[in-house]
Amino acid sequence: MTLLSVENLSVGYGDHTAIAELSLTLEPGKVLGLVGESGSGKSTASLAVIDLLPENAARGGTILLDGVPLPVGDEAAMNALRGGTIGMVFQEPMTALNPMMTIGAQVAEAVQLHRRVGRREARALAAAVLERVGLPAAAIPPTRYPHELSGGQRQRVAIAIAIAGGPRLLIADEPTTALDVTLQAQIMQLLRSLVAEGMALLLISHDLALVAENADAIVVMKDGRAVESGPVREVLGAPQHGYTRRLLERMRHVPVRKLLPGTGRGTGAAGGGGAPQTTVSLAEPHLHHPSDGLPPRAGEDVLLEVSSLRRVYPSRNPFSAKGGKIALDDASFVVRRGESVGVVGESGSGKTTLLRAVLALDRPQGGDVRLNGRSITSARGAALRALRRDVQAVFQDPYGSFDPRHRIERVVAEPLVLLDPPVGAAERRRRVEATLEKVGLQAGHADRFPHEFSGGQRQRIAIARALIVEPALVVLDEAVSALDVSVRAGILDLLADLSDRLGLAFLFVSHDLSVMRAITDRLLVMQAGRIVEQGATAEVMAAPQHPYTASLLAATPDLERALSTT
Amino acid sequence: MKGRALLTLGGLLVGLVVLAALVSLVWTPYDVAALDVGQRLLPFSAAHPLGTDQFGRDMVSMLIVGARTSLAVSLLAVGAAMLVGIPIGLAAAARPGPLDEVLMRSGDVVFAFPSLLTAILLAAILGPGASNAVLAIAIFNVPVFARVARGGARGLWSRDFIAAARLAAKGDARISLEHILPNIAALIVVQATIQFSLALIAEAGLSYVGLGVQPPAPSWGRMLSDAQTLAGTAPRLAILPGLAILLAVLGFTLLGDGLRDRLDRRGARA
Repeated sequence: MTLLSVENLSVGYGDHTAIAELSLTLEPGKVLGLVGESGSGKSTASLAVIDLLPENAARGGTILLDGVPLPVGDEAAMNALRGGTIGMVFQEPMTALNPMMTIGAQVAEAVQLHRRVGRREARALAAAVLERVGLPAAAIPPTRYPHELSGGQRQRVAIAIAIAGGPRLLIADEPTTALDVTLQAQIMQLLRSLVAEGMALLLISHDLALVAENADAIVVMKDGRAVESGPVREVLGAPQHGYTRRLLERMRHVPVRKLLPGTGRGTGAAGGGGAPQTTVSLAEPHLHHPSDGLPPRAGEDVLLEVSSLRRVYPSRNPFSAKGGKIALDDASFVVRRGESVGVVGESGSGKTTLLRAVLALDRPQGGDVRLNGRSITSARGAALRALRRDVQAVFQDPYGSFDPRHRIERVVAEPLVLLDPPVGAAERRRRVEATLEKVGLQAGHADRFPHEFSGGQRQRIAIARALIVEPALVVLDEAVSALDVSVRAGILDLLADLSDRLGLAFLFVSHDLSVMRAITDRLLVMQAGRIVEQGATAEVMAAPQHPYTASLLAATPDLERALSTT
Repeated sequence: MKGRALLTLGGLLVGLVVLAALVSLVWTPYDVAALDVGQRLLPFSAAHPLGTDQFGRDMVSMLIVGARTSLAVSLLAVGAAMLVGIPIGLAAAARPGPLDEVLMRSGDVVFAFPSLLTAILLAAILGPGASNAVLAIAIFNVPVFARVARGGARGLWSRDFIAAARLAAKGDARISLEHILPNIAALIVVQATIQFSLALIAEAGLSYVGLGVQPPAPSWGRMLSDAQTLAGTAPRLAILPGLAILLAVLGFTLLGDGLRDRLDRRGARA
């Protein structure tokens, strides 16, 4: 018996078509994955099912629930269904919860909306639901407020609210995108156990691997249309439509990288006697500043050396006996010229603190960061300026990393103030244009504003800004995490190409192991401020030595694993 | 659209007051310094559209010259407060910690005093006059701008483009001027408009108690005060300057609210 049946659904806003001719069905006790990139209409589809579309939306087609048309537009009838028959879980658990209400009260409220029970009974039922989602009262009292919980616990509360009315259909819109992989695995396990009890789950996600691991059937959406649908294994195992094939290709995409002497990609061997990468020629040789006029030191190919780095954030309460939060504890590693090193870890593992120390945006309390043998930690003034020429960064958020009021020329040219002597306006313009072309953009883009570009283009602009002073090391902070897979593949190719052509070294910080596999030579695994494992990426991934690395790998959705197991 | 209509109304009222003040610089229907007791307390007429006051001065001329006084005092006071307050706010945002605490808590101390009463006290100590009125009003606007600037700047300091600027070895002062200030300009303009309307009231209040601009320069606040004794015989002498104050304050308030709505919407889209 079909629970949800969507026939020829279309949603439009004025001239813009958000969804066209979308049809799907969902049985009780099954999981349907709705995948697509941003703007594909997958979230709009979920809002249509629960009739929460904006008022200016024009809709067509029918949605049947248990064979009965959805009472679209009838608020009273819809409200009886929302929460009662259809539950919904959103991406961001912090904004989905009321910060002024205890979690017990929020769940009890949801219970009372659908069952005629008294306050006391509602609280008791709420406690039972919270226990069901893995928040037993003994460990997490229902009197807690959302801000007292972790992200994963908050998402559990959101799920508790969604299932409090005993829905038969749960819509989850990117329910784990804001969470770390180990929490993602736990939340998906919880959702699967609810499905095992007979609930149907409509899982909306951009992550093909996640859907492959958790869904029975899949609908692939592009530009508001379902391009392909069917059982997960058939669709992802033998995709018929070109778009699905392209999506899978891009997702599995590993950029081709030339072997750099001395870096031994895939082996992680230290390898001596590498050609000095500073001599790797550029299109404009005169652009290149000699980064090391200093006497050679031991281990010449070592570019960045981080030793025993320690950073403790002081406790907020000055009277507290606790010593504060240890963000970095005895972190040591090296990055060689032309090498690509990855740092993985979950939120709070200290990877951002590490990155800020390497960029000299923050001062550690102990240890040292040396670039080209010179300490960046203790450098000040002119010495620090000189070091900054050799290390630049690309940040995570392609929307927040540019001054919205500056044109691209000014944005990209910003690090040029580091050059000595300073460059003139004409030279500045020339360099901006050359660098934009180097990252696959056009010279004419220099006159535009950041908001005129897509997320992928913005990341290219951010890379151009990092490259304009021709650094030896570029630090990338989750630089592809916010991008769709098809865009991501392009950026990874660009980075690999730049590393080959310019002999750039990368320090890649991310929570995403699949990105690490594609782009890094060596991998550092961080947990609670410590580097618990480091080694060649392929080796670490194939045979993790530390239990934490193993648990990270196990929790990361893996498309091949999902398609091969039965 | 309702918000747009209010913004337009605010703009029109402000434009009217500014225009009157500007016109008064080069031309007034009658000379406001010339007393003509023979013409005193004339009712509305073709020669004197709003009549004359107890000294025979033309009310239209008095009001437009009064607009000049009010605007000049408010403009100087708000301008001076911005010049001092915004750098304080930017500095506090750039250096969280002791400097931030000292600057912002000092602002709280100023906020702790009832502003108009203390302004009157200040003007009384320093002596009446336009420049002391400006000073007294400005002091209470400094922490307002410091707070607004700091609040806007603090949010920006955590953004990635500021980190990028720091990687270009730009110092706190340069980042504040190049990146922070242009991005909080809209916020400050809105606040300035609202503070301007409050400054108009403060100026009128100081003039009313005789601590503002001194005679013979006309001022709405003193016109109001002078009209008190004649409220029974010629109520228009009090009503007209009161109405002028009301419309000017309303104009600036509507303009500020309207600008805030429009700029907020733009901010949400960016």
